[in-house]
Amino acid sequence: MMKDSLTIFGRPEALSDNITSYCPGCTHGVIHRLVAETIDELGIRERTVGVAPVGCSVFAYNYFNVDFMESPHGRAPALATASKRLCPDMIVFTYQGDGDLASIGVGEIIHSANRGEKFTVIFVNNAIYGMTGGQMAPTTMPHQKTTTTPMGRDVATAGYPIRIAELLSSLRTPAYIARAAVHTPLHIIDAKQKIKKAFAYQVQGKCFSLVEVLSTCPTNWGMAPDISTKWLAENMLPYYPLETFKMPEEEIG
Amino acid sequence: MAKKLMKGNEAIAEAAIRAGAIHYFAYPITPQTEVAEYLSRRLPEVGGVFVQAESEVAVGNMLFGAACTGKRAFTTSSSPGISLMQEAISYMAGAHVPTVIVNIVRGGPGLGGILPAQSDYLQATKGGGHGDYRVLVLAPSSVQEAVDLMMLCFYLADKYRNPVMLIGDGMIGQMMESVEFPDKYEEPPLPPKDWALTGAKGRKSYIIKSLYLDPAQLEANNIRMAEKYARMKSDEVRYELYKVNNRNRILIFAYGTMARICQTAIDELEEEGINVGLFRPISLFPFPEKEVYREIVKPNVETLLTVEMSMGQMLEDIEKSVMGIKPIGFYGRTGGIVPTPEEVKEAVKKQLGSIKRE
Repeated sequence: MMKDSLTIFGRPEALSDNITSYCPGCTHGVIHRLVAETIDELGIRERTVGVAPVGCSVFAYNYFNVDFMESPHGRAPALATASKRLCPDMIVFTYQGDGDLASIGVGEIIHSANRGEKFTVIFVNNAIYGMTGGQMAPTTMPHQKTTTTPMGRDVATAGYPIRIAELLSSLRTPAYIARAAVHTPLHIIDAKQKIKKAFAYQVQGKCFSLVEVLSTCPTNWGMAPDISTKWLAENMLPYYPLETFKMPEEEIG
Repeated sequence: MAKKLMKGNEAIAEAAIRAGAIHYFAYPITPQTEVAEYLSRRLPEVGGVFVQAESEVAVGNMLFGAACTGKRAFTTSSSPGISLMQEAISYMAGAHVPTVIVNIVRGGPGLGGILPAQSDYLQATKGGGHGDYRVLVLAPSSVQEAVDLMMLCFYLADKYRNPVMLIGDGMIGQMMESVEFPDKYEEPPLPPKDWALTGAKGRKSYIIKSLYLDPAQLEANNIRMAEKYARMKSDEVRYELYKVNNRNRILIFAYGTMARICQTAIDELEEEGINVGLFRPISLFPFPEKEVYREIVKPNVETLLTVEMSMGQMLEDIEKSVMGIKPIGFYGRTGGIVPTPEEVKEAVKKQLGSIKRE
């Protein structure tokens, strides 16, 4: 190392030095980093507890340098509810995929949001079940081919993709709910700001917070990583707008 | 402390608080909803958390989240609700975290009924959810015993880092009896919960999990669990004998409320000159196998009778313990029908009549 060198980019303290098991081109790694940077910047690493889901990101507990509990499929918000209620000074976050949160765990997420539980949800939406090898998720796009929709998602029988951020925003209880994406550097900067805001609201003890992050799954989409980012921009962005849907300051009558 | 007249459900709730369990998660279900109603008022007084969850699936997983923080929490429910909690119970057993679950059993299967039953014995004692695990199960036969065992449940859960279940039929929850709480609840010392998730301050980060993709690691976890269950079998067997003596020609096996009905039958049979003893298992897992054998092997014992509010579930553990050396009869009513002392007396006489004379 050069003398008097200055480190301007390094591994966040909140990330472990384990090598991830994620596929090449998958954006879980980027999202992990944004969460870890946020934890470092807010100075909350030593009081943060994560809740890992079932799915590819179950192994998040190996990649973050914070305490972690592993939840049954979809139930992370129930574990987070209890641990945050019993230990209000802890910073609790769940990290859930779309199969986990939008399908089997839809009851837990709606009721946690509705009770205004003061934890943070990082909801990774890649429009498919990754860990089990590419089946249709509630978020799968119309006509999108998956291993269980070989002819493409038929909205006549499978319905339209569920927009979780919009759905949860319809609840009366104050919350911070936003959607972001990480397929370009500009979008990554926006995602970071939204994730940081979500954690900051929890640090203030303010409200439930959730950031839906659109993510790619090149392996199960059957596309090269660069094609995947293009596919996300062309197919997912028009259906899943990148907005802030709800702020706790906005009181609805 | 002076005796107090209390309903079983409320006494169980109060006992938990006395044992330092001031956090509670639940979903309403008959016949134990009074516990939630009582605690929704009582827990804020003691600085505890009360959450009415959206389902028993969520309740089980809230218990899991609470257990990971190392704080004492519990739930109460009844049969269909307990079925929904099996997911979380399996995960908690696999992750070695303590919790306490009360099942005030109602008739099943399916939606069944709301009257007392003992038809969840196999679910409670043989695992209940998926995987190779056991839950420590205690069965009180009076409101006072429910109070005493409820407090003990939290100690045992922490001692073994395993889910513990208090199982009572609907009568235990609904009947009123006089109870006495200790002025100051004391329990033997427990090791510090240095595994709890509190944030990685001044230490490496901890993970609480049940996933082991490496089969050798998963087997090792199962062996660790099996060693715990072996320790329970050697240290936590509990049972009670009633009028067991060397003049009994027949022994009755019954637990919970059913055992008390059998006691009445035994008292009345005694007046008729028929000498009957009762073996009442209190710990259903670990089951008092050796202790049952020790009693039934005695030469004066000619035959046995198991009485349950089910179609014969504990009967399987009795059969295992008796190892075929003495004949076993069974009398059971189910669906919420509780056998009367008269029915038990008839069953005893029938069983005695079935003995072949040499």
